[in-house]
Amino acid sequence: MTAVTNQHQRAVKGLLGEKLGMTQVWDAENRLVPVTVIKAGPCVVTQVRGQDVDGYDAVQIAYGAIDPRKVNQPMSGHFEKAGVTPRRHLLELRTSDASSFELGQEITVEAFEGGQKIDVVGRTKGKGFAGVMKRHGFHGVSASHGAHRNHRKPGSIGACATPGRVFKGVRMAGRMGGVRQTTQNLTIHAVDAEKGLLLVKGAVPGPRGAIVLVRTAAKGA
Amino acid sequence: MGDLWLPPESDIVMHKLDAVDAASLRSDIPDFRAGDTVKVHVKVIEGTRSRVQVFQGVVIRRHGRGIGETYTVRKVSFGVGVERTFPVHTPVVEKIEVVTRGDVRRAKLYYLRNLRGKAAKIREKR
Repeated sequence: MTAVTNQHQRAVKGLLGEKLGMTQVWDAENRLVPVTVIKAGPCVVTQVRGQDVDGYDAVQIAYGAIDPRKVNQPMSGHFEKAGVTPRRHLLELRTSDASSFELGQEITVEAFEGGQKIDVVGRTKGKGFAGVMKRHGFHGVSASHGAHRNHRKPGSIGACATPGRVFKGVRMAGRMGGVRQTTQNLTIHAVDAEKGLLLVKGAVPGPRGAIVLVRTAAKGA
Repeated sequence: MGDLWLPPESDIVMHKLDAVDAASLRSDIPDFRAGDTVKVHVKVIEGTRSRVQVFQGVVIRRHGRGIGETYTVRKVSFGVGVERTFPVHTPVVEKIEVVTRGDVRRAKLYYLRNLRGKAAKIREKR
């Protein structure tokens, strides 16, 4: 699993982790803050890409324990080259300061600090086959006024003999969720370096126990 | 092989976030339940000064559990019913004093909202 994130000419820090769940804490002004707890890292650098060899700057990071017997020969060779034990997840991050990383280097939550803006990438919870009201926020049909068995239906999906077909891309019922999603500009409330925890203000995509990517925010200061 | 695999010691917990919540939990909260009359000492910040305001009334519910648990205190002020809901573990509350223990047969005393005067009084537990 190798994903390339499209961010150029910026120093990007990233970390893979597990979403543990949500809770609440109080800040210095005694305001209640809803936080998502992410057990992030430690990740190791398994490959460093540079302009001269690859034509772009990036680092490949790896995360998560895996039984070494389950790792195939090409992958174990790749990890051996970096001088690390095999990991479950691999990910490539485009960053301008890739050359400052070295193979086998460990990245922990200390790469981040409280108050920093981050993006969190994850896979949303699968909702199965969902209707248009849930999937696209349609308003449905009236509960009364003679409405007959069509309360959650989409209504019209197009015109009549002209064009004589349904246009492509018309929003209908179907599979919902289970897709990659990035939540931008979340704030790190606190970093627990000892336990390797990040407390992120607000919600992040995915169920508890899901793998998420935490990286520096693409937008904003 | 054959050995039972166990997660590392630090991972054996009832709930994954207990360790995170433990930092915010307060241990100085007295035991109280619906029907009790309590004095809640609330820290109020006015500009730069901070003072303590006492809110005394009957606990009409305790709701939730863990770090998110709340309780609601009801009092009648100048003939108007006033209810305030506090998180049990909020640092805004300086202390909670239990004035009387009430003798009630419900966990949620919403019926008090429809009663006034003597009927809204709660017998003391003896």
